[in-house]
Amino acid sequence: MAGPLEQFQIHTLVPIRIGGIDASYTNSALAMTVAVAAATVLLTVSMRGRAMVPGRWQSIAEICYEFIASMVRDNIGAEGRRFFPFVFSLFMFIVLGNMLGLIPYSFTFTSHLVVTFAMAVTVFVGATIVGFVKHGIGFFGFFLPHGAPWYVAPLLIPIEILSYFMRPVSLSLRLFANMTAGHTMLKVFAGFVVALGLFGFFPLFFVIVLTGLEMLIAFLQAYVFTILTCIYINDALHMH
Amino acid sequence: MEVAAAKLIGAGLAVVGLGGVGAGIGNIFASMISSVARNPAAAPNVGLFMWIGFALVEAVALYALLVALMILFIF
Repeated sequence: MAGPLEQFQIHTLVPIRIGGIDASYTNSALAMTVAVAAATVLLTVSMRGRAMVPGRWQSIAEICYEFIASMVRDNIGAEGRRFFPFVFSLFMFIVLGNMLGLIPYSFTFTSHLVVTFAMAVTVFVGATIVGFVKHGIGFFGFFLPHGAPWYVAPLLIPIEILSYFMRPVSLSLRLFANMTAGHTMLKVFAGFVVALGLFGFFPLFFVIVLTGLEMLIAFLQAYVFTILTCIYINDALHMH
Repeated sequence: MEVAAAKLIGAGLAVVGLGGVGAGIGNIFASMISSVARNPAAAPNVGLFMWIGFALVEAVALYALLVALMILFIF
């Protein structure tokens, strides 16, 4: 029987070599494709009717839209509208990636640090570029907040710079650690179900509860990633 | 001391920090309950921040777990 950590192994499905680089289509890529396809199908097919009074599926699509739109509006303000497609895609990608990993025998592509780090670095570099485009060289004033006395500057500025560069690290690590730890725990307790034989319904009940908790955490971590993205973009646009 | 024994002790020590995380999560929900008890109309506004705070504190718990697993399996 497999151990609890084998679910994170990457298997190549279609080997592709471009030059010297291994660009194979892996099970991680398949999971990402399924997540994107599911989001696309949900949003396009359900809106096909374009009813004034939405039916069930159209309501789901509209709730997703309104949820992220209100988040962007509340956290970035009116200028945030041009970031809405990015934030919406980010949220749907992460939440579907997290949720699809809960299906048995599937793969959680957000449980790999390289994937979450790529997303976090995209957000970080993007927000920094937005800040420099809007404020020019004055963006460096972000590290000395307004109203701080001049004599704390030598202490405050390095701390602010360090905490600014910790943003992509914490953003990626939070999502990665939550997904990896949660799914590892699920598999460990599932192993107990088989090992205990007749008394296996105690860990089975716990696995059921844990799966429910993991669904909550899947949604919550996607929400936290997205709302921190909105907060970082807000920081870049309106410094402090 | 053997490496394996030191790894086990290190992993055990790494998880000690979870006491602070438990206190933090209890703090978040305690303040949520008392603020909703004082002003039930504020529940949706405060509830939003509660979930964000909970996720951030839980992330610290997972950092500790990550360090423990790194000590056990990578070093």
